[in-house]
Amino acid sequence: MANEHAPVAGAHGDGHEHPGWSTYWKIAVILFVITAVEVSAFYIPAWETSWVYVPSMLTLSTIKFVLVVMYYMHLKYDHKLFRSLFTGPLIIAALTLIGLMFLFSKLSIRLGLLS
Amino acid sequence: MTATTAPHVEHGEPGHGGHYTTLGLDNRKVAIWTFIGSECMLFASLISTYLIYKGRSIKGPFPHEPWTEPATGKVFPAILDIPVTSASTFVLLMSSFAMVLALAAVQNKNLPKNTLGEKILGSSKLWLWTTCLMGVAFLGFQAFEFTAFIREGLTIRTNLFGSSFFTLTGFHGAHVAVGVCWLFSLLAIDYKRGLQPSDATNVDIAALYWHFVDVIWIVIFTLVYLIK
Repeated sequence: MANEHAPVAGAHGDGHEHPGWSTYWKIAVILFVITAVEVSAFYIPAWETSWVYVPSMLTLSTIKFVLVVMYYMHLKYDHKLFRSLFTGPLIIAALTLIGLMFLFSKLSIRLGLLS
Repeated sequence: MTATTAPHVEHGEPGHGGHYTTLGLDNRKVAIWTFIGSECMLFASLISTYLIYKGRSIKGPFPHEPWTEPATGKVFPAILDIPVTSASTFVLLMSSFAMVLALAAVQNKNLPKNTLGEKILGSSKLWLWTTCLMGVAFLGFQAFEFTAFIREGLTIRTNLFGSSFFTLTGFHGAHVAVGVCWLFSLLAIDYKRGLQPSDATNVDIAALYWHFVDVIWIVIFTLVYLIK
């Protein structure tokens, strides 16, 4: 199929090209599988109650986030200005969220372990 | 950046009078990425509020644990319905897949389509319809969830969890509703005169908004529903 082999010319005024149907399809499968793993983990008591549960959930959702942004939103192929316009506020937002978690004691650093 | 009217034919849409920055980038794309950046901060504030209030409600119902009302002895089960929300998450993720195919179909409109597969992949109407219907389905799931919560005794005024949960997911649902309206307007244009490769930037902007709504749901689903 034409779409499968020919990357799509970007209509972005920057001359970059987009991936084709086969890449989009693979990303969709990966997103589906990761979500299935996340939901399954919620129902596996050994996983859900272990200390790795929260880090693994955050990692899996970060992978999904990055895949959608890089491939479906074409940020991987777009002009670096667009990357800055997105990642700049995203970093500020993430730091604000983490800062608020520390401020309201949802996160803490156990300094006692270091002394 | 200074905006100039540059008839860059190779950059598309000369007939639409597209404005380009001095970097040669379309103003509309700069605008949508700036908007998406600001939306990141809006949702970060809503998610932060939810997380700060999490576990601080004096009375139930609670998201993941059952609660017994002291006065009446009535037991309220854990209120979040993970199977239903998982289904709606799958629907929204797959709508992003359909949206990216709709954009590709518009961009490749002028390519010859000989096989059935090429005709299916090249049908912008099919993929826009699919995206729209999945968006409507997601809103249906959310309406079902909200009415179920209200029936079970959780409203926006019940407790801190109810306030922050309805505000966060309600804002997201409103964004999905706007996206669905936007997609239906593109569909109407497609039926009226047919979306052409010269319309690709307009479709791309709508697609970026739709994917952003999707990635925000990826974060909400994990932080609100899956992490106790």
